[in-house]
Amino acid sequence: MLPNLRKLRGEGTPMSPTDQGRFPKRNLKQLKTERTVKADAFSRSRLHAIATAQRRWKEQVLNKWLSTSSERKTVFENLSGIPLNRFYTSRDIASNNYLEDLGFPGEYPYTRGIYPTMYRGRIWTMRLFSGFGTPEDTNRRLRYLLEHGETGLSIAFDMPTLYGYDADSPRSLGEVGKCGVSVSSLEDMERIFAGIPVGDVSTSMTINAPAAVLTCMYLAVAGKQGVPPDQLRGTVQTDILKEYMAQKEWNYPPEAHLRIIRDMIVYSTKNLPNWNYVSISGYHIREAGSSALQELAFTLADGFEYVKLGLNAGLAVDDFAPRLSFFFNCGMDFFEEVAKFRAARRIWARVMKQKFHARDPRSMLLRFHTQTSGASLTWQQPLNNVVRTAIEALAAVLGGTQSLHTNSYDEAWALPTEQAATIALRTQQIIAEETGVADVIDPFGGSYYVEWLTDEIEKRAYEYFDKIESLGGVLAAIKEGFFQREIAETAYKYQKQIERNERVVVGVNKYAVKEQPPLNTLKVDLAAQEKQIQRLKELRAARDNSRVQVALENLRRTFQDDEANCIEPILAAVREYATLGEIVDVGRQVFGEWKEPGIL
Amino acid sequence: MKAPERKPGAGIRVLVAKPGLNGHDRGALVLCRAFRDAGMEVIYAGLLATPEQVAQMAIDEDVDVVAMSLLNGAHLTAFPKVAAVLRQRGASDIILVGGGIIPEEDKPLLEKEGITGNFGPGTRLSEIIDHIVTRVKKERTHS
Repeated sequence: MLPNLRKLRGEGTPMSPTDQGRFPKRNLKQLKTERTVKADAFSRSRLHAIATAQRRWKEQVLNKWLSTSSERKTVFENLSGIPLNRFYTSRDIASNNYLEDLGFPGEYPYTRGIYPTMYRGRIWTMRLFSGFGTPEDTNRRLRYLLEHGETGLSIAFDMPTLYGYDADSPRSLGEVGKCGVSVSSLEDMERIFAGIPVGDVSTSMTINAPAAVLTCMYLAVAGKQGVPPDQLRGTVQTDILKEYMAQKEWNYPPEAHLRIIRDMIVYSTKNLPNWNYVSISGYHIREAGSSALQELAFTLADGFEYVKLGLNAGLAVDDFAPRLSFFFNCGMDFFEEVAKFRAARRIWARVMKQKFHARDPRSMLLRFHTQTSGASLTWQQPLNNVVRTAIEALAAVLGGTQSLHTNSYDEAWALPTEQAATIALRTQQIIAEETGVADVIDPFGGSYYVEWLTDEIEKRAYEYFDKIESLGGVLAAIKEGFFQREIAETAYKYQKQIERNERVVVGVNKYAVKEQPPLNTLKVDLAAQEKQIQRLKELRAARDNSRVQVALENLRRTFQDDEANCIEPILAAVREYATLGEIVDVGRQVFGEWKEPGIL
Repeated sequence: MKAPERKPGAGIRVLVAKPGLNGHDRGALVLCRAFRDAGMEVIYAGLLATPEQVAQMAIDEDVDVVAMSLLNGAHLTAFPKVAAVLRQRGASDIILVGGGIIPEEDKPLLEKEGITGNFGPGTRLSEIIDHIVTRVKKERTHS
């Protein structure tokens, strides 16, 4: 212990006889003076003294302790494969340079947060993902959430929509409206936003392969509501690279999707100043089984690819990079998550500045949305999930997230019920308004452990970037199955650790009880599918089919010409009520389909 | 080196499949690895195969078992469709097991179609492997 600290605690100061049995009285004035004495915690002599003292501690205290009581495990290691020491001291972060590595909130390298006031200025956006059944069902849910204080809309689409099939396609049988809302045409989008002024909300749409089509549908809805494009705020996910890595929802081979995304970047940069045309997502990489480290490294690697895409389209980095945003997962390893978010900001800032020569600070700051981990939820003892989600949400907030989705406790069963979704929202409100964690920025800054872990994650992420480069870049590594294999192996390792009880999931492999699964989960009935099919039939009869054909042919020509921008032609087709499936089919005919590499 | 032990799944050919539109393949890929380590011969159907294609693949590959996983709520449509196609094509001896997000009340409906297990998230891999081994043994003693 340091000498002045010893004094502060009253140790070594003889107590007067009258003090016996009471708390030692200390001279407050003297205390104040001692505290202001300049303490250089990272000076060479101080670090040396700590090293010597730690060796003594190990011999005299630790080894004695261990001789009678062993630790729970011989090796402590997190899922990212990072071995963890018993504790950390200033020696572990001695190489840390405060001004270079941490800096101040709202300033490069943004480790401590991207805004100067963070949550003291404005609480994060509470954004709950919702969407199921028919567009009307989703419209009702969105309006319910808006009435209950949610500040941003987030829409989930069903599998046929995600894969670019209409509700009446044979491939959609049994899947319409199951995991999200069914959208086959502009009509459906109009129904989703009925009574919701799109100029006043920010809307996040979780759509990737057909993101350009859904963006155009949203633009068309805005047009009908009289809202100019430059007023639209929101996000489409669009991140196709992680689809090939993890979520596996694509329409075409990667090159074709990247070309359409290039067109979106160019179009949005010109016309949609407040639209996040891509949300670079680690969430799905993590849910597919990766570690936090892999999630971070693969996601940032994807981010750099989109930057290259914009540069190759002839844009200047500062023209488009400010609109890039991120979407991360937050799992149960509390400190690792906090460190991951801090490392993410620092890496992005550094690479944007040093590799891509960004000059606008907004190109360097990593804005992100977080969703708590769906994979961490258990169907056993589902109420435990409320606790898991709360802990994960807290880590996301301490990591400095800009918006947050909290999962509902019943999601390991089915889509959330209204009651469960409300508790999920309340969880965020409790963190924001009752705990005080939003009052001080980056409260873990300076924690020996968290700073060390932030450095460690950063270092290991760069090792992954090198590996990816050596494979020929992200696209080549996808085609080789590198990411897919890495993720699948980690998922299997995790599962085996659970089977061997090396890793505990409460209620699953420990503290399990006999229980019956609940029966009152939210169900989407097949009526949704029938209704959607019927509507499509009517739409196809009512619209001007010759105009639809002209629009689709025009789109085909644009797809065939790699130099052309395809967004206006998609928008034109959408406005003629060409269906999602019809538009994507034109692409399938031009670009072909994708078969993923085997990774077993 | 340990003496080679006979693994529980030795001699069993299994097709792991996700019939329909569901790319969430974490569970399926974990199962592929677990079945392989249990000694089974594993074939992965890949993504986006239709139920018809899954059934045909099972026949072509002459598997003992098709292990199907869906997390998208389409199990009541997709799983029985695979069963129906197998029956039509005279391959009802192929064992079908299921898993994913399957509500309790759907399980009897699937079992009626011969699809058993219907394991939820968090099920032990060993439980799934035991289930398959037991069903294969039973099937083989019957035929």
